[in-house]
Order: sequence, then structure tokens, then C-alpha cells
Amino acid sequence: MSQDIHDWGVAETASQIAAKHVSAVEVAQHMLQRSQQLADNGAFLSLQVESTLAQARAADAQIESGAKLPLLGVPIAHKDVFVTRDWPTTAGSRMLSGYMSPFDASVVQRLAEQGVVTLGKTNCDEFAMGSANENSAYGVARNPWDASRVPGGSSGGSAVAVAARMVAGATGTDTGGSIRQPAAFCGITGIKPTYGRCSRYGMVAYASSLDQAGPMARSAEDCAWLLEAMMGPDLDRDSTSLDVPVPSLRAHLEDPREGADVQKPLQGLRIGLPKEFFAEGCRADVLSAVKAGLAELEKLGATLVDVSLPLTELAIPAYYIIAPAEASSNLSRFDGVRYGHRADHFEDLVDMYVQSRSQGFGPEVQRRILTGTYVLSHGYYDAYYLKAQRIRRLIAQDFQKAFATCDVIAGPVAPTVAWALGEKSNDPVSQYLADIFTLPASLSGLPGMSVPVGLGEHGLPVGLQLIGNYLDERTLLHTAHHLQAVTDWHLQQPQGAKV
Amino acid sequence: MSLSMQELERIAQLARLRLEPQEAPRMLDQINGFFELVERMNAVDTQNVEPLAHPAAVMRDVALRLRADVVSEPNARELNMQNAPAADGGLFLVPKVIE
Amino acid sequence: MSESPLVQGYEVVIGFETHAQLSTQSKIFSRAAIAFGAEPNTQACAVDMALPGVLPVMNRAAVERAIQFGLAVGSHISPVSVFARKNYFYPDLPKGYQISQFETPVVQGGEVAFYVGDRLHKVRLVRAHLEEDAGKSLHENFESMSGIDLNRAGTPLLEIVTEPDMRSSQEAVAYAKELHKIVTWIGICDGNMQEGNFRCDANVSVRRPGQALGTRREIKNLNSFRNMQQAIDYEVSWQIDQLEDGHAIEQATVLFNPDTGETRAMRSKEDSADYRYFPDPDLPPLVIEPEWVSEVQAALPELPRAMAQRWVEEYAIPEYDATTLTQSQEMGAYFESAARACGQAKAVSNWMMGELLRRLNAQEIEIQQAPVGALVLAALIQRITDGTLSNNAARQVFDVLWQQGPQGPQSEPLSQVDAVIEAKGLKQVSDTGAIEAMIDEVLAANVDNVAQYKAGKEKAFNALVGQVMKLAKGKANPQVVNALLKKKLDAD
Repeated sequence: MSQDIHDWGVAETASQIAAKHVSAVEVAQHMLQRSQQLADNGAFLSLQVESTLAQARAADAQIESGAKLPLLGVPIAHKDVFVTRDWPTTAGSRMLSGYMSPFDASVVQRLAEQGVVTLGKTNCDEFAMGSANENSAYGVARNPWDASRVPGGSSGGSAVAVAARMVAGATGTDTGGSIRQPAAFCGITGIKPTYGRCSRYGMVAYASSLDQAGPMARSAEDCAWLLEAMMGPDLDRDSTSLDVPVPSLRAHLEDPREGADVQKPLQGLRIGLPKEFFAEGCRADVLSAVKAGLAELEKLGATLVDVSLPLTELAIPAYYIIAPAEASSNLSRFDGVRYGHRADHFEDLVDMYVQSRSQGFGPEVQRRILTGTYVLSHGYYDAYYLKAQRIRRLIAQDFQKAFATCDVIAGPVAPTVAWALGEKSNDPVSQYLADIFTLPASLSGLPGMSVPVGLGEHGLPVGLQLIGNYLDERTLLHTAHHLQAVTDWHLQQPQGAKV
Repeated sequence: MSLSMQELERIAQLARLRLEPQEAPRMLDQINGFFELVERMNAVDTQNVEPLAHPAAVMRDVALRLRADVVSEPNARELNMQNAPAADGGLFLVPKVIE
Repeated sequence: MSESPLVQGYEVVIGFETHAQLSTQSKIFSRAAIAFGAEPNTQACAVDMALPGVLPVMNRAAVERAIQFGLAVGSHISPVSVFARKNYFYPDLPKGYQISQFETPVVQGGEVAFYVGDRLHKVRLVRAHLEEDAGKSLHENFESMSGIDLNRAGTPLLEIVTEPDMRSSQEAVAYAKELHKIVTWIGICDGNMQEGNFRCDANVSVRRPGQALGTRREIKNLNSFRNMQQAIDYEVSWQIDQLEDGHAIEQATVLFNPDTGETRAMRSKEDSADYRYFPDPDLPPLVIEPEWVSEVQAALPELPRAMAQRWVEEYAIPEYDATTLTQSQEMGAYFESAARACGQAKAVSNWMMGELLRRLNAQEIEIQQAPVGALVLAALIQRITDGTLSNNAARQVFDVLWQQGPQGPQSEPLSQVDAVIEAKGLKQVSDTGAIEAMIDEVLAANVDNVAQYKAGKEKAFNALVGQVMKLAKGKANPQVVNALLKKKLDAD
């Protein structure tokens, strides 16, 4: 049985521990061992055996005392942009090497309150800026399907940890696709909820109007379990937190849609396919896998309809103006004064700032800070920043028009499967272009999900993206769950999961 | 619209970043490469469109939440300053600030 | 607008930016305390220190105080206003940006009216907006280093900006004093300038009359009225000298040195202020409903200028007195309470402007701490009016009352006053019979004076009065003495 522990996932682990078939400590030890054995994949930045075991022991004590927390003992990891009191938080940057936060992120707290056991902090692109986890100051993470390939980014470490079965689930953050894309590249399931659903308090900020936390796991059901615990109003600490109740995401996942029957549980679901998502630029292998996924959804009763999101392409410049602009301001606090890297040698105060920041930030972060500073600067603000925010509104309006004729929008997550390590590391713009399908939902604040739909070229996974209307995470999870009930793409194991 | 090296230097100064002489040209190229993309935005007429600063504003009226005026953060100086690169007597130390 | 007194032929143009620290309990965006004088960094929580992951949450009381201010100066309260980030690097600015308001401030327009001498001046306000204060740098004690204390970081400020409507340092100081009075009167700011909760920056330029506005220099952080006057005068004089010598004025930020009395430009910042303002994505727009504004309006106390105006009409006291006595709500309440109790507003005003204020200033106490309360003063004045006390005697009684302090609520004000009169034997004789008797005695003993008076010498009359008073040991009611003496002398 112990060889199955790492295959269980969130829901299964929770019920096994609750039924006392296995203890939280046993699970934790098993996963810690695997994490150490598979360390070459670069998934983790920080593992602290004692801290994890202490949490596991506490979970076992709670089980003993009859506590009924839904996630008791479930082993997870946190992307290293969530601050944690008991593990260092680096955000993948030299700037925060060894940084110990005096408080836990709200999302970390909420999951802890539901009983999770933290294995550690996962690797990510520096300050969440990147699409391949190659911008981490602490080394790359490797795709468990092919160690010479990128896992995607910026939540690359979390995707690897989940795909390689080092944890049952992990937290990620998604600003322009950083949950959805690595989930697609690693063959796992991930969801970015509606902007404002999860508290941003304690998430190292990249782009404030875009950042969202979300779960990454090996099934829609597991994502539902984690997301339900993660999300909810945090009115005292996050002014952008939505004051809306948390729906029950786990309940009724099995049930057919209202008015549908068990044979065709998705009867009545209209899936919109934006023609811009299926145009040239999307590779054939990706299209093929996506269509296979859509075909399964049709078999389940869903209807495919044509929609259009005409400004899709403009999501790229709009995002890469807005996000760097906000980032350039959010990252100003990293100045070597109160925490973080301070240079050893400097001539005066200004030099201390310049040296510390130039040493602490990697090239992509510096590039985005420079771009962001530029587009906000005097004389350019209107032409760039404001223009981008106007385009943003038009993109959001496009989605609303599309949702008039469909319930969910579907398409690829990325134009290709994972590329080779080093292949695009000197070509940031080509990486920006590859974000084309995930950026529109980010700009609009809509919930978006990635669901595995089989393998493409070189045996690498392809993800199907599902985008819902505001607050409709339920429909996404429900749809994905039913897809996963009749397919086994999400159950396939990568080579990198074998110790 | 592309940046000159001079402009890039000014921006770097504003952002308190140093441009390594070897790296600077490549950085400039990459940023300018990106700005070619940006030009495409001009193809769309956005004259009567309000900027969207808060995405939630599309689905509902967003208004700033106001909290009660209550002190609930006690003194936590030790913890809050535990990562300070240089501190003394409860103060963060930096090179002298000249007014 | 006011006419401009020229300085060496130049017109002086002054605008003010005032930062008033709002008297809330907690900070504007965090729940740390803002009490003055705490140990460094003991009132700076994670949000104030800009630790990774923190976010701002707005304090309702800060917004309410902004509304109170806006209503007090007759301005427009924006139904929607936006918080923006002002980006620059400085060690006392933890986030590397200040959360402020840029394009849409919460308060727009308004005006402040005040007297300089007997001329009414009105200064227009452009706007007032909410923002957070920065921390402090301390330069002593650390050789080549500065120490940063973030206790003050995040304290709520209201920045109040005027049009460049002022034309003299005197007017500017009068404006600042009136503004200070308003913010302390309505209770939104403690106004303690030594503690830095009311700081003014003066934008000063000069020009030949009729010409375009000159280049202005900004004198920062003036925290006393005296410094304000001195600094502006020096700056004006310096600018004129520069221009007379053929040099142009360059825009600069200057600091005033109270020891030397000079203003000096700060090191010019290379960035010349590209603050890259943009709406703060962490804070949705501030929406202020009309209902809230009405509630605040209803609860606003009568303002000093309106109160002073009302007194001039209702009590017929001079404008100058009314302005002085409306220096605080407590003083205004004292005056009205006393005036209504004894019905002698002018007398109350005289006593307050004289005896009372003199003692308050000497002892450096506030009127709330005055040992003689409003009703006791009223009672004292009543005893003068009804002839029990002469003015002189009243001063002595006041002395005693001041020394002994309040006698408790059971003791009626009149009783308190009477007790002192009794104890000191200061009761004035007003009884006409007794006074007539004394007059008869004096007339009989001062025949020469009587003759001189009858011969037309007014001085003789006063001498006779003096004699009567001497006989009465000072306790005769002078009006009665005068009247009766005259009557007796003229009767013959």
C-alpha cells in the first residue's frame, strides 16, 4: 500500500488518513523521502523535515481527538511566493535569500486551518515573472515528462512537485497564466479562480490587479478540495478581496448538470470556441489533443459553439505593459533597507540601492522593472499604460459578449508543448507570445482552468483551457471532473515520478 | 516607438538599477523588440473606453472597503526587524541621508 | 482679493501646502497606533514596514475627517476619489511609493477666510487629499549612517493646497493660523506643531506688478508661525536680490534654518520628480455616499468664523474680540456661557481678553484648566453691574477666586463670589443714605474745594470724590458717589 500513497492525491489521502488506514506522519515521511530522492528535478527550494513532521504529528493528534477537518494530513507544498513563518520565502530571487516572514500568507493560514501538512516551498520564476521556471535564481525545475524540458512557469516547481507525485497538491499563483501553463506542460490540473476570490495578503506581489492564488493537483476534484479551503473573503487584510460567499465546490461534482441525465451529464453546457484560439500559431499536436478533449465533452452532452474574442492578440502588449508597470512599483520596496539583499560595498545611499537591487534581481525582473518604469513615466503614461487599460476593458467586454452564447469558453492553454531548457531563455519576447491564450482571462479577471487532454509531440502533455464567467469556478470544476471521469489522461504518470 | 540608450539610462536611474555596459545593448534590444508588439495597440480605437483598473469592476461596482479605526497591531519590533541587514537601537541603519 | 503690499517694488505671491496629521487612533492603511513619542519601530507593523505580501486597508475615520474638513471650508466632497501611488525611493518611504491621491482628490475647492488687521482676506483652496506620512530619518548618534524609524510611516495626513492667493508673509501666517484653528476646532487634527502634526510648505515667488508669475521656490516643513514669517520674509528678500542682480530664479525646494534665519536650497534631485503616478491597484475607488456627507454635516459644530460673526451681531462685541475668543471651541463655549449668564457680553469679553488670557498665557494652561469657570466670572460681573463691587475690588476678588480654584458643583457661582467679597470685606457701599452722610461730611470739611468747583474747576470735583472715597476706605460705589455729589453741589 505504501507505494500507492503518493498516487492518492488530495481527496483520497484525506479519507485514508481520516479512516486511520495510515497516519499523517507516515504519509509525510513517505513524501519527504520521495522529495529527497527526486530532488534533481528542482521542484523544491526549501525542505525542512522537522517542520513538516511537526505539522504531521499535530495532524495525527487532531485525528486522535476526533477533529473532522477536510484536509487533515494532506501533504502539499506552497509556491515560494507565499510567505510562511516556518520556511524561508525567496520568491525565486537572490533578493530574498533566507528571508523569514513574521507572518503566514492568508492562503497558507486557511489551508493550515483545514489540516494540511506542508512539505516545503516550491521553485518558481523570480517574482513570478516567467513562463519556464528558468528565471529562478536557484536553478531550473525539470519537466517530469522529459527532464531536458521546461515545466512551464512561473509555478514550475509546484507543477513538478505535483506531477512527480512528491505532494498531493500544491499552491500556485497565476498572473498571466502561471498556474494554467505549467499545469498544461506537466500534465496536471490547475485552476486560477476569479480575481479577488483568494486573498492576496501574504503573496509576494507581482502585478496587483492580476495576481491570483490557485491550486494545482492531479484532478479537478482535488483542485476543488484545495480551492474551497483557499478561497473566501479576507476583508480585514485585502481591499481587493471579493466579499462573496464561498460556494461548496466539492459537493455535487458527481451530479449531472441541472436538467441533464447520468448518461449525458453535461447536457445543456454550451462550450464556446473562440476562433482566435484555433488559428495558425497553434501547433497541430496541441490542436489535435485539444479537439480530442472537446470531442469527449461533446460525448458527455456538451454543445460546441463558435465565438470570437477579436482582441486576443492585443492581450499580449496590454498585459506586458500593465503587469510590468505594477511590478515596477511593487518591487520598489526591495531596496536593502529593512530586509532582503544589501550589497556589501557601496559609496552612498543611492549606490546602496543601485547595487543591492542590481545584484538581487535577475535579468528578466530587471527588464520588466525597466519596461514598467518607462510606461508609467511622464509623457508615456497615456499612450502606454492607459491605452493598455482601455484595451483591457475591451477584452473583458469581448468575453461578456461571448458568454451571451455560451457557458464556458475552451481552447488550448499554450500554442506548443513544453520547449527544451535553454531554447527560449534568450528570447523573452517569444515567451511572451506563447502566453497568448492565457492572458485574456487574466486581464479580464475571469476564472481559468487547465485540464490534461493527452500527449502531443515528444510525448509531452497538452492542456485544455476552460474559461468561466465571473465567480463560476463551479462550472469549470464540474465540467473537468466529468471529463476526468471518462478519460484517463490525468492519471498518466511521467517518467520523472519514478524514484 | 523605440527607446534610445540615453532614455534607458534615465529609466534605470529612476528604477535604481545599474545597466552593465556589456548587457545594456542587449537589454535595450529586447525591450525595443517588445515595443514593436506594443505598437499594435494603436490599431484599436479606444477613445471612448474607460481604463479598467480593477477587473472586478466589470462584474460589479467596486468601492473601497473602510475599516473601523481600531488599533490591533501590537509592538512586534523584534519579529518585524528580524531580516534587517543593519539595525541598532531599534532603528534600521542606512548610509547617511543627506538632505 | 487683497491688495498687494509691494516689497522693493515687487509683488509677493504665496501659496501654501499644509500637511495636517489626522487625529485617528490607528494609521491610515494599517492597524498600528499613531501615538507620538513611542520607542522606534514599535508602532510599525508589517504593513507599515512594507514587508513582502502586505496590503493596505483604509481607515474609515481618516475619510470621515477629510469630509469634516471639506464641509468646514465649503468645498465639494468628491463622491468618487482615487488613491494613486507616488513612486520615489527614500529610506523613510518603505514601499518605495507613497499612497496619495493625484487626479481625483477627496476634497475639491473651498476657501478659508480670516482677518489681517481689520481687512477680511479669503484664500481659495484648490484641494485637500488623503495620504500617508513617511517615517523619520535620524542623523545623530550614527557616524556615517542614518537611523530609520517607521513609527510615523502610515500616519494619516490631509494635504491642503491653496491657490497662490496670498500677497504677504503676514497674510500667509494669518492664513496658517486660521487653518490651524479650523482643523483643531473641528477636532480632526491635534495641531501640535512641535510634534509635527501641522506642517506647512510655502511656495513663494515674486514679480513686478502686472507681470506673469515668477518662478517659485518651495520652503518645506515650516512648523511654527514665527518660522513661517521669518522664512518667507528672508526668501522674498533673497529672491528680489537675485533678480536685481540679474539672476533668474531656479525652481527649488528650500529649507529654513531657524538658527541662521536663512533659507537654503536642498540638494537638487536628479530625477526632477517623475513620480509615475498611477491608480493604486490594491485600493478600489473611495465612494462617499451623500447620506454620509449629510450625517457629517449635521454633526459639525458651529465654526469659529460663523460663531464670531454671530457674536458681533448678537452681542455687539467688536470683531477683533470675537475672533480672539473663537480661538478654540472651549474658549467660545466659555464666552457664551458667561455672556448668557450675566447678560453683559462686552464685560465678559473685556475680562476674558484681559485678566483671563493674561493668566492663561503666563501659566501656559488652556481655558479648560482655568480655575475660574465661566459661570463664576459671570457672577463676578453681575456683582459689578449691581454695584456690589467696584472694578478695582472685582480684580481683587478675581485674584482670590483664581488662587482658590473651583469650589465644587454644590457651590453656586454667586455664593462663591459673595463668599470672597465677604471674606475680604470688599463690599462696596452703594446705600445712598450712607454715602450722602459721607458726602456731607466731606463737603463740610472741604469748603475750599467746593468753592473752586462752583467757580468752574472740574478738578475740584474729582478731589472731592477722592475725599469721599478715602473716607469710605475705597468702598463707596463711585457712580453713586459721583451722582450724589454732583446732585448735592448743583442743588445749592
